[in-house]
Amino acid sequence: MSQNNTDIATKPKQQSSVLNDPRVRGVIFQALVAILLIWFGWTIFQNTLQNMESRGITTGFDFLSNPAGFGIGMTLIEYDETHTYGRTFLVGLLNTILVAGIGVIFATILGFIMGVARLSKNFLISKIATFYVETLRNIPLLLQIFFWYFAILQPLPPPRKSLEAAGTFFLNNRGVYVPDPIAGDGFGFVTIAFLIGIIATIFISRWASKRQEATGQQFPLFRAALGLIIGLPLVVFFIMGAPLTWSIPALKGFNFKGGIQILPEFIALLFALSTYTAAFIAEIVRSGILAVSHGQTEAAESLGIKRSVTLRLVVIPQAMRVIIPPLTSQYLNLVKNSSLATAIGYPDIVAVFMGTTLNQTGQAVEIVAMTMAVYLVISLVLSVIMNWYNKAMSLKER
Amino acid sequence: MGVYQEKPALAPPVSTSGPIAWIRINLMSTPLNTVLTLIAAYVLYQLIPPILNWAIFDANFAGDDASACQASSGACWVFVKTRLGFFTYGFYDEAERWRVDLSFFLLGLVIVPQFINGFPYKGWIGVAALTIMPIVVGILLLGGVFGLPHVETHTWGGLMLTLVLSFVGIVAALPFGVILALGRRSEMPMIRMICVTFIEIWRGVPLISVLFMASVMLPLFLPEGWNFEKLLRALIGITMFQSAYMAEVIRGGLQAIPKGQFEAAASLGLGYWRSMSLIVLPQALKLVIPGIVNTFIALFKDTTLVLIIGLLDILATVQATIVDPAWRGVSTEGYIFAAFCFWVFCFGMSRYSQALERKLHTGHKR
Repeated sequence: MSQNNTDIATKPKQQSSVLNDPRVRGVIFQALVAILLIWFGWTIFQNTLQNMESRGITTGFDFLSNPAGFGIGMTLIEYDETHTYGRTFLVGLLNTILVAGIGVIFATILGFIMGVARLSKNFLISKIATFYVETLRNIPLLLQIFFWYFAILQPLPPPRKSLEAAGTFFLNNRGVYVPDPIAGDGFGFVTIAFLIGIIATIFISRWASKRQEATGQQFPLFRAALGLIIGLPLVVFFIMGAPLTWSIPALKGFNFKGGIQILPEFIALLFALSTYTAAFIAEIVRSGILAVSHGQTEAAESLGIKRSVTLRLVVIPQAMRVIIPPLTSQYLNLVKNSSLATAIGYPDIVAVFMGTTLNQTGQAVEIVAMTMAVYLVISLVLSVIMNWYNKAMSLKER
Repeated sequence: MGVYQEKPALAPPVSTSGPIAWIRINLMSTPLNTVLTLIAAYVLYQLIPPILNWAIFDANFAGDDASACQASSGACWVFVKTRLGFFTYGFYDEAERWRVDLSFFLLGLVIVPQFINGFPYKGWIGVAALTIMPIVVGILLLGGVFGLPHVETHTWGGLMLTLVLSFVGIVAALPFGVILALGRRSEMPMIRMICVTFIEIWRGVPLISVLFMASVMLPLFLPEGWNFEKLLRALIGITMFQSAYMAEVIRGGLQAIPKGQFEAAASLGLGYWRSMSLIVLPQALKLVIPGIVNTFIALFKDTTLVLIIGLLDILATVQATIVDPAWRGVSTEGYIFAAFCFWVFCFGMSRYSQALERKLHTGHKR
């Protein structure tokens, strides 16, 4: 025994080869991977340069300041053929943000309604919600976009035979026409009043929660907020003499003049995106509400808290913790899915930049990289915001 | 002494059982619910009869050309019937279509046992489906060997192409996904960084941009003289994209394995690769089968995007035929047919993954 012990003690510590040390191996392995990756990247780089040279494609981002020479059907900022490709990029980006932003709002509202409806005790309502969810989420989004665009919106009557509502809203195969509000002199004050209302509400809600913690007295916050955010601007609006006129669309010749035209491509895309994503959000909301244990509701009931207050103060805050992380990834999906716009010709960033601009300039590498970077940045920003919100809603353990 | 005569029990009051009670509890429990029920019933009454009339009672089933649809105002299913071959095979050579049928049959042969409880050698059939099947079906569909005439991939289309894209995508993404997931949990900082970057970049961009990249940028990356077919380029793009999602699913499984398992493997003297392949991955992969099925459903729906780079999947075949001037106003029928095909596959698979989830909901749960 003792012999053995001394044997072990006298043996040199490093008996096996250095190559068997996991740390050394790790370094060697990582170095090999790095070399391989660099070689791979270099080969691709060289090939690309060579290929571009042989095809006569120029490189660099100079093309962004060249005139684009093509028009875009829907622009949020001033744009025509003489503007540059850089401007095209911006127009596409804004269109993407517009459809994705409105889509996120619609999908959230519809998704929450459907998720709650699916849990309803009412047999008919819950079955309708189930049918909605199971149908829409099992059919590809692109097919749904095509359906709304080619099967519903395109066969609509031409402008002369538009479907109309109250003589102010018109629906035809060129889209929807709605009245356009035109702000007159002094409308700026209304906007300022609105902003003041929002800021005041934030301060009052802080003060109210502080007071409630100190004294236990509650403040009718909802009514106060309503008065400040909607009432105050309304009062200012009428004091200023209602400085707002409406440009109502009217048929002139073969087309409508005045009002705002909403493109059928936009409607189809927005509709499909929101209803499709809402089906997924409904499932998330349902599982979130189910995840709140029944004991919580019972505990609230036994404290004598009203049902509506229980829902608002006990169930929803706890359900939100379960809901937010998957909701974030649905929002990201919606943003990425808005790129399907290119299939029906809504001028989003993929359609105008990765489509038309790429075809005209042939600078595939720069354009694809820029477009991908846009989506990566949007994803990053959205997940930062949602992570912040998640942190605010998460369980505060003391 | 009178004998106790048992009297038959009274029927329960009408208000607590039977159809009236059911209606009271499920449809009219509160005034709000009553109003909701009435609104919903009215909407359904307005919607369902016209839809049924259009789709079934007034629909045209008989005949084999556009004139057959003049008979009534309902749906023109004749259109779907006459174009069924195109929707299934695309432009695949008509004389060779038996090869596609045989592939469908083989696919059924490996998939159906997965749904039957206690089927013998179920696991091995599943493994064969992921390894041998793709090779056999690939040879069968492509041809060029064993006396089978070669069929160009640009003639592939319809349902067959959709299935090829999604199956190849998932089978090829599986090994990449495993490697990326292991790399993301590696202790080597550089490997971890590379894997995280790869995964997050692909997950952050839409599939369309990946397909665009595969179709316009990939040819630039390759040495001169190399050229891939369009289908192969799309498959490369889909595989890259899908392996990032697969990696995240598998990472979930790896994280669910208790640390004791890793330590037990190490204490048995197993090295990294052996402890992963013999101890950890078998358990982790079993855990994530439902997740893999879910990514498969997502991929199956996403394959429709290939029509944007000019491949002829089932939606593209429908899209190509509804513009045919001989048939007018059949777009709804075409889309409903395609939607139905997707719905059957996706709904079936999601039910399957839910059942699996319940069945596998054992073990590691604490």
